[in-house]
Amino acid sequence: MKAILTLDNLTSGLVTTIWTPVFVAIFLAIIAYALWPRNKAAFDEAAQLPLREE
Amino acid sequence: MVCGAVFFQRESAMRQPSNSKSMTIGESGLAAVFAITAYVCVIASAKALDAPFAFHAALGAAGSLAAVFCIVNRYFDRPAALPPAEVNGRPNYNMGPIKFSSFMAVFWGIAGFLVGLIIASQLAWPALNFDLPWTSFGRLRPLHTSAVIFAFGGNVLIATSFYVVQKSCRVRLAGDLAPWFVVVGYNFFILIAGTGYLLGVTQSKEYAEPEWYADLWLTIVWVTYLLVFLGTVVKRKEPHIFVANWFYLAFIVTIAVLHLGNNPALPVSVFGSKSYIAWGGIQDAMFQWWYGHNAVGFFLTAGFLAIMYYFIPKRAGRPIYSYRLSIIHFWALIFLYIWAGPHHLHYTALPDWTQTLGMTFSIMLWMPSWGGMINGLMTLSGAWDKLRTDPVLRMLVVSVAFYGMSTFEGPMMAIKVVNSLSHYTDWTIGHVHSGALGWVGFVSFGALYCLVPWAWNRKQLYSLKLVNWHFWIATLGIVLYISAMWVSGILQGLMWRAYTSLGFLEYSFIETVEAMHPFYIIRAAGGGLFLIGALIMAYNLWMTVRVAEQEVQMMPVALQPAE
Repeated sequence: MKAILTLDNLTSGLVTTIWTPVFVAIFLAIIAYALWPRNKAAFDEAAQLPLREE
Repeated sequence: MVCGAVFFQRESAMRQPSNSKSMTIGESGLAAVFAITAYVCVIASAKALDAPFAFHAALGAAGSLAAVFCIVNRYFDRPAALPPAEVNGRPNYNMGPIKFSSFMAVFWGIAGFLVGLIIASQLAWPALNFDLPWTSFGRLRPLHTSAVIFAFGGNVLIATSFYVVQKSCRVRLAGDLAPWFVVVGYNFFILIAGTGYLLGVTQSKEYAEPEWYADLWLTIVWVTYLLVFLGTVVKRKEPHIFVANWFYLAFIVTIAVLHLGNNPALPVSVFGSKSYIAWGGIQDAMFQWWYGHNAVGFFLTAGFLAIMYYFIPKRAGRPIYSYRLSIIHFWALIFLYIWAGPHHLHYTALPDWTQTLGMTFSIMLWMPSWGGMINGLMTLSGAWDKLRTDPVLRMLVVSVAFYGMSTFEGPMMAIKVVNSLSHYTDWTIGHVHSGALGWVGFVSFGALYCLVPWAWNRKQLYSLKLVNWHFWIATLGIVLYISAMWVSGILQGLMWRAYTSLGFLEYSFIETVEAMHPFYIIRAAGGGLFLIGALIMAYNLWMTVRVAEQEVQMMPVALQPAE
């Protein structure tokens, strides 16, 4: 059986090209998560966390 | 109430039959490991091929024996039960290792600034090298950089991270001996690295000078650090993981990866200090600056940004300006910083496309850096007046301003044409110090001024007036330092590239060195002021711990009439 996860495969050809859109997609997803209107309340509360101690 | 709890523990320990007290697996295991290490170190010391290795092996043996003694001694002193995770329903925070690290941070800070002043003076007056190998610039320079970055900065990061992770997770630090192993083991690494530089032991990689055995030791300490931090996050009582912890975690994980990536070396002998690095040629250079710039990005930036995101809201009494921005700030830094290293290798044998890649990512880094700066500064909205009355907060905020300044300058210097003027000149030194003194130094001082009263349970600092003096003296020192280096660096760069009408170089190298002399004196003066500021801080923190202690003792007397 041919190994798929070799160092050669991971660092050359199609796989290296795929990293770029994958990283961009992940990053865009993070931005969407951060700016999603429904998450605002939870983040505003998290911002208060250091002030809520003791 | 706390006194009552301590008393109760002691009493219950006394009531229990003595045979119920036994060593934990951690205590006996670690004591055994250290006993074996001591034995191995003695053999290594006896069979050593060079004197510095023998000295370090002897230090290792002495340190291991001291560790065995401390572990056993602690066991005999402690009550049968280990400190509880909670007292009266509130987390029983572990402050011991934090106090130790804070103390070491101040100690190493002063040592590092002093060595910096010495080498700055050596550049102005070369006779100060004393013609001795141990006091030559080449050996003292890495001592200075490691002392300020890894010893001072590292101890500040460990102390604040242990504090912040406990407080923001509302849970006691994971592990019993492990946190102590981290703080003492890390400082032992500093001792080995620092004495090694003076004795000429180095693998000649900038900011990664320690030789293979010190690197191995640091790996063990760092993995333990990661486990303690992660263990605390895992057992947290607060459902949300506060953003500062994300920055700390990124710092710890990335430094582990960088350290392993940059340091695979084969020792000439297991009984000698010399080793050869596995990477060759340009790959070695690329690895070195992938490491070097991410040490800036994740040690000197991510770690200290964690301090910013916790200590500024806490001190200002205001929430983070935009928590959403802090999330984007975090991930943008993570995605971009890793690629910026090649800008240290412009116009070298590194392929052109790699240089351009490094330059492009460095320029893109400007955006998240300034996003973070704005987030830090705007946290003060509604509390700007405190800048006038609270010099500690002023220090923290000015550090963020310096962060903004040096993260603007850095991307600019990464542009290839700018770099062709700035590289190898004092401009680089000026840039590094506006980041190191202004950003890392000030945010660390601000954090220590907050942390010491909190960790030692003191109401307030001994003197805010002295903080004010520290702030202004150090600020003046930074301004002298960086402006001298800007002028000197650009002058140097322009002199190097000046041609006569016949196409010859206009200046000999020694003429450019001579031209630097006045700026080197100004720089040393700036460094001297920075050191004086740090000495004022050390006195202030010392008195905070000591004087407030006396106040606590005197209090019952003062209370009597009212009773």
